[in-house]
Amino acid sequence: MGGLATLWPFVAQMNPDASTIAAGAPIEVDLAPIAEGQDIKVFWRGKPVYISHRTKKQIDEARKVPVSSLPDPQSDEARVKEGHDQWLVVIGICTHLGCIPIAHEGNYDGFFCPCHGSQYDSSGRIRQGPAPANLPVPPYQFVSDSKIQIG
Amino acid sequence: MSGPSDYQPTNPALKWIERRLPIMGLVHSSFVAYPTPRNLNYWWTFGAILSVMLGLQILTGVILAMHYTPEATMAFKSVESIVRDVNYGWLLRNMHASGASMFFLAVYIHMFRGLYYGSYKEPREILWILGVIIYLLMMATGFMGYVLPWGQMSFWGATVITNLFSAVPYFGDSIVTLLWGGYSVGNPTLNRFFSLHYLLPFVIAGVVVLHIWALHVAGQNNPAGVEAKTEKDTVPFTPYATIKDAFGISCFMLLYAWFIFYMPNYLGDSDNYIVANPGVTPAHIVPEWYYLPFYAILRSIPNKLAGVIAMFSAILILAFLPWLDTAKTKSSKYRPLAKQFFWIFVVVCVLLGYLGAQPPEGIYVIVGRILTFCYFAYFLILLPLLSRIEKPRTVPNSIADDVLAKAGSKSAPMVSTVIALAIAGALFAGSAQNARAEEQEAPPSQKWSFSGPVGKYDRGSLQRGLKVYKEVCSACHSLNYIAFRNLADPGGPGYSGAQAKAFAEEYKIKDGPNDQGEMFERPGRPADYFPSPFPNEQAARAANGGANPPDLSLITKARSYERGFPMFVVDFFSQFQETGPNYVNAILQGFEDKPPAGVSIPEGSYYNKYFPGHAIKMPKPLNDGQVTFDDGSPATVAQYAKDVTSFLMWAAEPHMEARKRLGLQVFVFLILFTGLLYFTKKKVWADAH
Repeated sequence: MGGLATLWPFVAQMNPDASTIAAGAPIEVDLAPIAEGQDIKVFWRGKPVYISHRTKKQIDEARKVPVSSLPDPQSDEARVKEGHDQWLVVIGICTHLGCIPIAHEGNYDGFFCPCHGSQYDSSGRIRQGPAPANLPVPPYQFVSDSKIQIG
Repeated sequence: MSGPSDYQPTNPALKWIERRLPIMGLVHSSFVAYPTPRNLNYWWTFGAILSVMLGLQILTGVILAMHYTPEATMAFKSVESIVRDVNYGWLLRNMHASGASMFFLAVYIHMFRGLYYGSYKEPREILWILGVIIYLLMMATGFMGYVLPWGQMSFWGATVITNLFSAVPYFGDSIVTLLWGGYSVGNPTLNRFFSLHYLLPFVIAGVVVLHIWALHVAGQNNPAGVEAKTEKDTVPFTPYATIKDAFGISCFMLLYAWFIFYMPNYLGDSDNYIVANPGVTPAHIVPEWYYLPFYAILRSIPNKLAGVIAMFSAILILAFLPWLDTAKTKSSKYRPLAKQFFWIFVVVCVLLGYLGAQPPEGIYVIVGRILTFCYFAYFLILLPLLSRIEKPRTVPNSIADDVLAKAGSKSAPMVSTVIALAIAGALFAGSAQNARAEEQEAPPSQKWSFSGPVGKYDRGSLQRGLKVYKEVCSACHSLNYIAFRNLADPGGPGYSGAQAKAFAEEYKIKDGPNDQGEMFERPGRPADYFPSPFPNEQAARAANGGANPPDLSLITKARSYERGFPMFVVDFFSQFQETGPNYVNAILQGFEDKPPAGVSIPEGSYYNKYFPGHAIKMPKPLNDGQVTFDDGSPATVAQYAKDVTSFLMWAAEPHMEARKRLGLQVFVFLILFTGLLYFTKKKVWADAH
């Protein structure tokens, strides 16, 4: 018991320190300057977050796919906030081995990861390649119609 | 390490020490009187070569650590300072970086030798497992060392490899956060990697002691695979093994020096001369060559967790080898089937390594899967099966008999030649495939004064190139790692100290704060660095249509292009390494007013024949007559491009002339020394053969 208790600080010190955690506080992003069909990349906790202003075509494509046919089944509605269907907010880190996918590339009008060829659709869901899961949606909410808070 | 020694010192002082600490007896019994089989071939010298490499890596590493800064914003710059400013820093860095590759090359030969001659079999199982542990530690050390320069490949390699642990069910993400000490690879990660990279080599040294201890208990295996029985089977370690090892080491040093002095970047990746950027992933992440076979195995399996498990199993399976191969005959020399399959296995490993460097698409994925299957089949199906069905040839009665029968067959070299040809053919086919997929035209090769083993910079060209940089490029591109004083350095543009001082004074440098707490401008001094045209990256992007003009200090090393299979082998011998200058030169001349039919270029971009993707944000920078030269050189774009590229090559590697000069001296010495060792060895062994 004593030995394990002594071991704990030696392991726990490796986790993010207080300043790193503090720097990971929520951030606010203004959506007004992002035109339809455009997207921006902001950094939160050292991770790139893609905010896409999706076109009607992209939304339709994402919703037409039968959910059960997806490798990681999730509906597009579950990945965006209700009433803000055009806004897709995802963490831009490939769920395979952590590279940054490129927006507006690949066969699904979404993201393409240059490292090992994973392709995500316009809802950030994995469609093809070695990645096991969809691009994660970070915790965020709309503060107003044109502003979100991530974190 | 092998029983009590009969070492008796005669000197009274040594006697006094020996009674209290019998260290000389230990050394004597382990490295002087120790009996080694007399039929050992040169593959057995790699143990000694590895010990020397470990020692050299620790020595150069400890020195580099005295100059290196393990901090995310300074690490890359500190490595550049080592190479540029520390006395012989370029030499130490090349030794350490190439040394890692040489270390792995030697360890692979050492492992394949063990595999071929059955050195893992009873009673050497623990010896072999200790070796696998050393290999694992080496891989961890090598990986963390590669992260330290904090270039793009360092950063993204670290991201990909640490993310392997996220495949662990349930705890994956927590483990990765624990490894990073943050929410992504960052400064805490770099710090702990540095600490561990410093620690692990000493752990390796410790396990090496155990490895040698176990070796000296069981005794060395040998090409015949029969144990030494009588005194006639062995020769004392000194002088026989000592001189043979020394000759082997000396030959290996020749290869090592070839990399240090002539091909320092041959095994590296040009992307690692770009400072780490968490926002941009390199198009093609490739680990160092010594991890490539395992990387290919990882990528050939479509499921993430299964891929990670396969990769680690590919290494761990080695530890179980003594129980997978149960054949009584040790040496493959006497196992007709095992011998052939061994060479096929070598080819499989080489091909997997080749695939690990290719993009994961099309034919490469399918071939990767087949070879991954072959890799595991060799250990799990073939070796256990062979031990049951194979009829081995009769082994010699003793080592002495083996030595006497040496006049025998020479079939092995022929088999390996056939196999080498097969590899060459396969690789060639692979690269032909690659060439077809390539739509981009490679930059034309230029004649550079600095190429080859005795190449030097053309002073006039460097001076003209500096003028082009100052009058044209410096409007947008910084040159952060070059100070005005460097212009007067030996092996550079050849200005005097006074000329460099006058050159510096033409610049306004921001300094301060002064006593009033305000920043002020003053004329430049030789110690100042070339000022950047923009105060920060955002300003640079805003002024250039969203693209950041890259710093030019390392551009000729940070840009490259694929040379394909037959060429990369030829390049090793011809010392061709001017892909960077060829590329920069081609970009400067590759602008065309109208893109060819069928190619559309986005607004705000320009068509460039040699730029990947062809759409470059930089407008055509050079036009005929734009810069006038005092020495009467033609004022043409071709001349400007060539001169500024030469200048930038010097900026990327200011000590190149010193490197090649010292290289020549080292080679003359090493060749003479190796020759002397060879004849000494012949003399010593004359009565043993």
